[in-house]
Amino acid sequence: MPYQTTIGSLVYHFADLKTLLAKASPARSGDYLAGLAAATYEERMAAKLALAEVPLKRFLDEALIPYEDDEVTRLIIDRHDAAAFAPISHLTVGDLRDWLLLEKTDSARLAAVAAGLTPEMVAAVSKLMRNQDLILVARKCQVITRFRNTLGLPGHLAVRLQPNHPTDDVRGIAASMLDGLLYGSGDATVGINPASDSLPTLMRLWQMMDEVRQHFEIPMQSCVLTHVTTQIQAIEAGAPIDLVFQSIAGTEATNAGFGVSLAILREAHEAALSLGRGTLGDNVMYFETGQGSALSAGGHHGVDQQTCEVRAYAVAREFRPLLVNTVVGFIGPEYLYDGKQIIRAGLEDHFCAKLLGLPMGCDVCYTNHAEADQDDMDSLLTLLGAAGINFIMGIPGADDIMLNYQSTSFHDALYLRNVLGLKRAPEFDAWLARMAITEPSGRLREIGSGHHLLKQLPQISGAA
Amino acid sequence: MKQIDLIQHNPWDELRTHTSARIALGRVGCSLPTREVLKFGLAHAQARDAVHRPLDFSELKHQLHAAGFRTLKVRSNAEDRQTYLLRPDHGRHLHGDCQVQLQHELPAPEIAIVLADGLSAVAVQRHALPLLQALRERFDTDWANTPVVLAEQGRVAIGDGIGEALRARLVIVMIGERPGLTSPDSLGLYLTYAPRVGCLDSARNCISNVRPEGLPYELAAHKLDYLARQALRLQLSGVKLKDDSSMQAVAVQAD
Repeated sequence: MPYQTTIGSLVYHFADLKTLLAKASPARSGDYLAGLAAATYEERMAAKLALAEVPLKRFLDEALIPYEDDEVTRLIIDRHDAAAFAPISHLTVGDLRDWLLLEKTDSARLAAVAAGLTPEMVAAVSKLMRNQDLILVARKCQVITRFRNTLGLPGHLAVRLQPNHPTDDVRGIAASMLDGLLYGSGDATVGINPASDSLPTLMRLWQMMDEVRQHFEIPMQSCVLTHVTTQIQAIEAGAPIDLVFQSIAGTEATNAGFGVSLAILREAHEAALSLGRGTLGDNVMYFETGQGSALSAGGHHGVDQQTCEVRAYAVAREFRPLLVNTVVGFIGPEYLYDGKQIIRAGLEDHFCAKLLGLPMGCDVCYTNHAEADQDDMDSLLTLLGAAGINFIMGIPGADDIMLNYQSTSFHDALYLRNVLGLKRAPEFDAWLARMAITEPSGRLREIGSGHHLLKQLPQISGAA
Repeated sequence: MKQIDLIQHNPWDELRTHTSARIALGRVGCSLPTREVLKFGLAHAQARDAVHRPLDFSELKHQLHAAGFRTLKVRSNAEDRQTYLLRPDHGRHLHGDCQVQLQHELPAPEIAIVLADGLSAVAVQRHALPLLQALRERFDTDWANTPVVLAEQGRVAIGDGIGEALRARLVIVMIGERPGLTSPDSLGLYLTYAPRVGCLDSARNCISNVRPEGLPYELAAHKLDYLARQALRLQLSGVKLKDDSSMQAVAVQAD
């Protein structure tokens, strides 16, 4: 169906809904690269004006990627909850923004409509929202998940400890893990991106993390971020796997590029559940996403990169994950050019995921060929803290020596806690106090060279 | 002069022997000490410079000639660094004029080498020649006539157009990788058998992080020699060609 707006004497035409969404999207290099972006500032505003008038119901009738061609579209349509949608079904996209911002639209109401919203509706409304709107509404959404601790409580912030090493040296990884724990990080997960995909190497990583966890009775969960099929193999081989990880995207073709499908993810989810390792809950999946992956894999079907990203959240929510993480600035400047674009994308991803009911975190990050630096990351980190982000990354000194990019550090997490008064996952917080790593207030204590963890952890991991 | 020390130090510095990660940095309040902020800033500045500094092609050409290599010079469709960063598709395509120029050159006797600036000119400037020399000692071919093509604003796939125009059986692209803070000068190596425009990335083999502190020249040359021989023998490259050189590589490393 065509859409149009008249500005002065000029009539702007948009051939279909996906074109309208793409032209209404805030400027970013990936949409220019794909040839989908608005040609002028006025055309972008014309698209936003037309988009504001589109009834939400329209999104149920006009699929951006045909139902027959794409299993993610089928998932979105088949899982749509008409009863949850009913209270907002009379609204346009513009009305939806207004409704979201109402004071009476509180956490409970937002949670109640989540299953009635499709990713495309959520992407659409985000394109009409300013950064402060994205923060304000996301802050109202509460998504609480559990495995061995409780994540996502209001006023809390968790950290994924990311102790990567370029050759998967167990001693090197343990050293970074120790550094993070002594800085009070690791409640979201301790998650290693391995350099290798060889099963024996990966088995050692799972075993080391599990030994450390058990020895010190840490209420945490571990993860090795290798391909999901490798994790299924490892489960069969008896690996102590807490969380199963996979990178996912918003189209079937892009997921195929990642070597996954909904069927494979279902198999992995069931394998992880079968281990029954969670003590407080059974949220066993960890997903990563990021704008630009669909274009990068040639699987975007002419849909803009932000809308593709939000469709990935439909995949995520099918599997009740413990953690979802947008690795926002990792992909490079051809998709998100500079600090401004990265900050906007980070806030969009967090808002859209939270509105759809996902436990969203963000890898606040950039590469050295992007026009961004640590000041931009400080800005995004602070904004996401204000928006109620569930978790961020903790990497020694913010420098990932395996993946060659910069993220956030253990110190950055302390900064955010300090400025915004954010607490750790309660069970993990209590453990830190028991271990004399923190004071009862949550502040770090001075760690002496005789500290229990410092003396014993390197021995357990063979680093002594 | 009295040293003022306001930093709360971490008594686990010795664990740095196991990793180059920035551990045990200490803190002032909850923040990084000044010293660490500046160290990080310097590393980022060096990585940024690595991305934006142009490769000195005339100097490299001079060095290659002195070492007995035959060189050619081409450029991609990306006219400048800004375009290169925003339009990866332009950096993958050999410029039309250069394609014609290569088609009039002597064909590659067997392999063609491409040295592309990529995302780190300094990686190519430092490591390409020593690596080529290490490869020449191992890999037997008509080196005097093997073209070493210097490619400006090039991405990996520019090797396809170059290899095709020079009618090479195998193209080896040596390219500056995306620089990290601790590794602004990593060189990446990509092998493609029967190169032609439109080759898929799954048809390539990659050797990453070539630099003295990463994968040293001798070891990289050993892997490259192994993969090149296997690719020519099996007449393929990519996912079907496995790097089984590691057992032998251990011996090389121990030498």
